[in-house]
Amino acid sequence: MAASREAAPGTLNAASYGVGGAFVVGALISIFIAAKTVDSVMAFHATLFILFFLIGIFAIGKRHFDTLERGPEPATQDGVIYHDGPIRLATLAAVFWGIVGFSAGLYIALELAFPWLNFDLPWLNFGRLRPLHTSGVVFAFGGNALIATSLYVVQRTCKTRLAGDIAPWFLVWGYQLFIVLAATGYLLGVTQSKEYAEPEWYVDIWLTIVWVTYLVIFLATLARRKEPHIYVANWFYLAFIVTIAMLHLINNAAIPVSFTSTKSYILWAGVQDALIQWWYGHNAVGFFLTAGFLGMMYYFIPKRAERPIYSYRLSIVHFWAIIFLYIWAGPHHLHYTALPDWAQTLGMTFSIMLWMPSWGGMINGLMTLSGAWDKLRTDPVIRMLVVSIAFYGMSTFEGPVMSIKAVNSLSHYTDWTIGHVHSSALGWVGFVTFGSIYCMVPWLWNRKQLYSLTLVNWHFWIATLGIVLYITAMWVSGILQGLMWRAYDSLGFLEYSFVESVEAMHPFYVIRALGGGMFLVGALIMTYNVYMTIQGHVRKGEEMQPAPAGDGQILAVGAR
Amino acid sequence: MSKFTHATIEKNSILLLVLTLVVVSIGGLVEIVPTFLIKTTIEDVDGVRPYSPLELAGRDIYVREGCYACHSQMIRALRSEVERYGHYSLAAESKYDHPFQWGSKRTGPDLARVGGKYSDAWHQVHMADPRAVVPESVMPGYPFLAETPLAQHDIENSLKTLAFLGTPYSEEMIAEALSDVFVQQSPDEDYDPMLDRYPGAIVSNFDGDPSTVSELDAMIAYLQMLGTLVDFSAVERSTLVQ
Repeated sequence: MAASREAAPGTLNAASYGVGGAFVVGALISIFIAAKTVDSVMAFHATLFILFFLIGIFAIGKRHFDTLERGPEPATQDGVIYHDGPIRLATLAAVFWGIVGFSAGLYIALELAFPWLNFDLPWLNFGRLRPLHTSGVVFAFGGNALIATSLYVVQRTCKTRLAGDIAPWFLVWGYQLFIVLAATGYLLGVTQSKEYAEPEWYVDIWLTIVWVTYLVIFLATLARRKEPHIYVANWFYLAFIVTIAMLHLINNAAIPVSFTSTKSYILWAGVQDALIQWWYGHNAVGFFLTAGFLGMMYYFIPKRAERPIYSYRLSIVHFWAIIFLYIWAGPHHLHYTALPDWAQTLGMTFSIMLWMPSWGGMINGLMTLSGAWDKLRTDPVIRMLVVSIAFYGMSTFEGPVMSIKAVNSLSHYTDWTIGHVHSSALGWVGFVTFGSIYCMVPWLWNRKQLYSLTLVNWHFWIATLGIVLYITAMWVSGILQGLMWRAYDSLGFLEYSFVESVEAMHPFYVIRALGGGMFLVGALIMTYNVYMTIQGHVRKGEEMQPAPAGDGQILAVGAR
Repeated sequence: MSKFTHATIEKNSILLLVLTLVVVSIGGLVEIVPTFLIKTTIEDVDGVRPYSPLELAGRDIYVREGCYACHSQMIRALRSEVERYGHYSLAAESKYDHPFQWGSKRTGPDLARVGGKYSDAWHQVHMADPRAVVPESVMPGYPFLAETPLAQHDIENSLKTLAFLGTPYSEEMIAEALSDVFVQQSPDEDYDPMLDRYPGAIVSNFDGDPSTVSELDAMIAYLQMLGTLVDFSAVERSTLVQ
């Protein structure tokens, strides 16, 4: 490590040769598999691996000579040469995959309203596109945003350059390969059918390698920090990285049918598999979509508002309580099923308890604006971040309510769940990410300000209205569905056939698609804004934006 | 040595990592491990057997097409569900399911006991064009299943893999897997040895086209056996109460 820090970052060192060697081995294994397999998808994916490794070897060499020619990057105002290239890449990837994921979501929403859109094609049917949408938004959009912000935040709050030189590049490009393998696999019918863990065994192994790299980079960067304390955002990022590793390994444990086949069978079966899946599934929500994004909240809100975190003590309680309680909540996805009753009740109990730390975190985020509430009026980026916390508060209240068995007997299997997920995914995860991207892009590309705050304002209002349409449509359709399924007529017979409930959903599916479409329009506006900002343009008449705190200033962690 | 406070943890990344791992492990251990140890987690009922090779191939297609995104296979112990779909699902009924297919959403109806509810001919039409038989349906059409020959090169390996994971597939079942695929959709063949291996399996020309084994054969074979293995008239109620 020490040697690579002294040598100009980017030139060849022992680690580069190690990575290059590993890529050669990887390419050879991929060539072997591509030659042996009779499975066309495996042949296609092995080819992608070969390309990745070869381009990787070429890129490492090219970077060496480019660096020699150009000399090292200049240090920033903190006197640290931050490693921001991979972060810029991950930020752009988040924007790109966001558009892909939202579009896929809009398309499958339209398929439910107008089923002829499936066109009788295997790779366009709802069942194959749905994981493309969920993985696209959770892992591709959310994952890249988490990688970008976590690597940004850990450098700034530790006042040190990222550990490793090629490793962060490998992390970001390797993660993109994971996304492409997963997405093309779904379209071609390669899936484990475990929700939010659909990629098959070889993609899971690849993600494990990438993820361990992520953990090592993060820990090694913390280890070389120049600040005595580890900033609170990093606790959340660290918990997110390490817990996702644990969940991923256990939930995806599988035996491939053969080493040249895409197909595998999961180690677990039936009731235990269901429990492990939802232990994973709910904590993909708890750690990927919550803990990681709370890391964003704990950095970008105080930064943008130029106020310290409201309460240091509350941060501590929030952190430990939320990571302890979340893990227990999975069984609320399995109420009244063949899962033993004791496990269901335990899951429900902890889900209800989870309300408290969730709101503690919400209060900590919101109250950080104490003394800066006027910024809600003047800065649409702050407004986006604050509304994301409001949606977080709403969803973390709705969740515990839905985990109560009596409520769940109505809500489970219905669109209410879909509405709940989207109020947090669009409102919380989406908005906190958009806000962070709006903060980070000018900092990363050394631009004085965003291209346009007016466009941020448009993005905010169009997306907010879209979310409102989406979640209200799903509340009505979900509760209607649940009530129709359990309605009895005066003679004691079930009142509705199943298909009558399907028919009743149509108008709400149309409204939902409209809401999702508006959310997508908002994201397209953001894409344009980000593009123009990177190009260095400022929209006419917006040359005097309020300048938020610049790059690298460290924040005190509240009152001690 | 200073007093141990939260600052001690904040200043030591490895301590923070270890404590985080400990804290996030507890819930999973307490909830998951006992389900492997407590015997009553899975009821002791007769009739549940491993999938026949053709049914297993159908199940793999069900997984491939993402059917679980809209169809559950888990009838909850609620009056309205039992009256709509049949006896509530038992843990034993999915004990050979790698992975489980309980699902989480009912855009379409539950399929845990769809076996025998419709004829093969209905399934053939419904798979090709759902709205031909259910005009209000929003299900995608799967006409390509009937046109695609079933890929059988991995069938034996599939059974071997599942046997390795604990499913009671015998040497004989693995050796006969390929011929059992063919026999189950050929009512004119001698299917008795296959039925000895897989009691209660349905033998039928599922896709209506005797010339080849298609993906539709496998899919309908799977759908027609769902929920049919346990004879609930012969099960004592008391054995099902957990």
